[in-house]
Amino acid sequence: MPAAPLIEIRVQAGDFDVSAEIDALTKGRADIGGVASFIGLCRDEGGALSALELEHYPGMAERAIRAIAEEAVARFALSAILAVHRYGKIAPGGNIVLVAAAAGHRHAAFEGAEFLMDYLKTEAPFWKKEHMADGTSGDWVSAKDADDSARDRWKGRS
Amino acid sequence: MKLIYFAWVRERIGKADEEIDLPEGVATIRELIDFLKTRGEEYEAAFEFPEVIRAAIDHEHVEHSEKIGAAREIALFPPMTGG
Repeated sequence: MPAAPLIEIRVQAGDFDVSAEIDALTKGRADIGGVASFIGLCRDEGGALSALELEHYPGMAERAIRAIAEEAVARFALSAILAVHRYGKIAPGGNIVLVAAAAGHRHAAFEGAEFLMDYLKTEAPFWKKEHMADGTSGDWVSAKDADDSARDRWKGRS
Repeated sequence: MKLIYFAWVRERIGKADEEIDLPEGVATIRELIDFLKTRGEEYEAAFEFPEVIRAAIDHEHVEHSEKIGAAREIALFPPMTGG
């Protein structure tokens, strides 16, 4: 009998260690055939940015990601799923988010990780503010229609 | 009831949260936003385009038509940009 799906969701200021996180996800399991992961990093936008500051809604962020993760586990029959999202000031090159989905076969793992990222971008309560390399205060990053489209393409699919 | 604001909504209003007593006739999120807009120019600036504002009642996303009911905490914020 397969083990119950593992759902690990964390919202934290500190950095994460990708390989340690994925090891923990699959440790002691013999039913997992593949893990797909995605790591979101802070870009410097061609040298213009000195940092991104991530604000979050502490009471809701973890809960919102967990709801998406639970849906991904049910939809793709995942063995395990992981999301670690950072908040606070993150310098270019730094980690922002890690998502990993583990399943018996690769398609479910790839789709599970992508589904979680697509929903997380538009439904998890985080906001990015830019800090500019010239010392000026930057703008809040605008939500992109393309992100809504990426999420919506999952609707109506089985 | 506690109101809580994030990102540029918080910056424009100039505070992260506040306690308010809902006046008569404010039953939905949309009506709450319309009421807040009457409280001063900082609120007018935050809610200039109400249709872009997202809302959560007690940590769950809701539409503007949602009834506030016995909510303990209502959050108002811009579209999310995490990930």
